[in-house]
Amino acid sequence: MKIKQLSVFLENKKGRLYEALSVLAKEGINIRALTIADTSDFGILRMIVNNADAAKRALEETGFTTKITNVVAIGVKDRPGGLAEVLKYLYEADINVEYLYAFVEKSGEEAVVVLRTNNLDKTIDILSQRGIKLFDSQTIENI
Amino acid sequence: MFWNKEMETISVERLRELQLERLKKVVKYAYERVPYYKKKFDEVGLKPEDIRTLDDIKYIPYTSKADLREVYPFGMFAVPLSEIVEIHSSSGTTGKPVVMGYTRGDIGVWKEVMARSITMMGVTKEDIVQIAYGYGLFTGGLGFHYGALTVGATIVPASAGNTRRQIELMRDFGTTVLCCTPSYALYLAEYAKDEMGIEPSTLKLKAGSFGAEMWTEEMRKEIEKRFGLKAYNVYGLTEIIGPGVGHECQAQQGIHIQEDHFYPEIIEPETGEILPEGRTGELVLTTLTKEGVPMLRFRTRDITALITGECSCGRTLRRVKRIQGRSDDMIKVRGVMLFPYQIEKAILEVQGVEPHYQIILTRPHHLDEIEVQVEVSKETFSDDVKTMEGLKKKLEKRIEETVGIRVAVTLVEPKSLPRSEGKAKRVIDKRGLS
Ligand SMILES: [Zn+2]
Repeated sequence: MKIKQLSVFLENKKGRLYEALSVLAKEGINIRALTIADTSDFGILRMIVNNADAAKRALEETGFTTKITNVVAIGVKDRPGGLAEVLKYLYEADINVEYLYAFVEKSGEEAVVVLRTNNLDKTIDILSQRGIKLFDSQTIENI
Repeated sequence: MFWNKEMETISVERLRELQLERLKKVVKYAYERVPYYKKKFDEVGLKPEDIRTLDDIKYIPYTSKADLREVYPFGMFAVPLSEIVEIHSSSGTTGKPVVMGYTRGDIGVWKEVMARSITMMGVTKEDIVQIAYGYGLFTGGLGFHYGALTVGATIVPASAGNTRRQIELMRDFGTTVLCCTPSYALYLAEYAKDEMGIEPSTLKLKAGSFGAEMWTEEMRKEIEKRFGLKAYNVYGLTEIIGPGVGHECQAQQGIHIQEDHFYPEIIEPETGEILPEGRTGELVLTTLTKEGVPMLRFRTRDITALITGECSCGRTLRRVKRIQGRSDDMIKVRGVMLFPYQIEKAILEVQGVEPHYQIILTRPHHLDEIEVQVEVSKETFSDDVKTMEGLKKKLEKRIEETVGIRVAVTLVEPKSLPRSEGKAKRVIDKRGLS
């Protein structure tokens, strides 16, 4: 149930994000979700794409530093408290969330939340026990 | 292994006698033949016969690089041009270059000291020596060439640059010994791996002689690890002879100076006072046998120390530590003197960061600021912001501990800093001072 997330190191230099994204566009890569964590002098672009390995190769060929990290993607019902509930389960199981970001799936019924924690296996166990919907990579790539 | 065991293991007493004998001779020779020396001696009322002991060398005035520039091009030559068989020159970044002329005898000395240097690494006529120092007016290429030729090794005179070709030659010819600048060695390793898919450790290299720029013990380990070779320090400068003034033996515990030809002293750079063995200061060299351009007490600007005690290799020739700085490279920031190598050392100590960096000096509000740009490697990149900021903080902390002033570290993308095929451009000074 782990899915691949592609991260890219970006210097805070004008146009670097644009350059990275155009490399992906040229390669025909679809971006499912994207977030940027930035500091005053560099940024880390994190993405869920339809083909992480091809995207990684294309970016590295053009000089970007990339990394593939495993994350989990869960479906959270579009109602108040949906995400809080998930976080509560993790908190109770003593799992730390390193970061998360969300996007809304096409039907608009649920939000897809991408999660990176300090223990992904345990996260998957806990959340499936609690009946939380976990996406596999194929589903997420085809959303 | 020795090239000239008799001289390299000569007794210290006998060596001092020989040095004194040669010193007296070269002083008289220089005084009589080079007007520059006569004038300098006369100014302080010194006569060649006043030099009676090795200790008396202290009465001889220093010779600086600026002195040599003043007499451009041939003012220091002690023989007519008809006796000069080769000319070398060090490119001056400021002002006129320094020009050195070699007699046939000088080339003989150069061959001898370079043959000793190469043999010190355990290299023999069975080896294939690739020389990736520039051939030409720069002494690196030809110096190694003469040494390898004397030893009888198979020379691959690749000269500097053309990185892809260098790696192809190493792979196809089975090069066993590489001679180049240490920063270029690292570049070669990186290029082989990233651009050509050749793992550098699969090449047949067993030894490398690296010099002509400042490098560190950490860089040595890195080069050794990547190529699977033993990396040795070579020391030399055009004003003295070129490479071959000294070289490391297989103990890798300091650079043996070929003292029967080049007499070393360490001085306090500000006052000119002679420092005892073991103290760090500027290296001063006197050529004992050179005919073309004899050099008396030349200030090398190189910062090092004489190592006390015997070397396990059996050589009695004294050793100096690896060059720790060059007064020309010294950066004065907020009144503090520092050397780029210190920053390099600090970066390398913080594990996992490739040794590619650049120091940028600015003066935004009448106060010097140092920014150190460090390339993020594939290995050090983490998608976790905290880890990356931790790396940056660790670098800043380690650099501050090493040099004593605060710097700002910026993490930059790999390969965004300019790569050099010769000497690394480590410092960019935008302060508008000069
Ligand atoms: Zn030794």
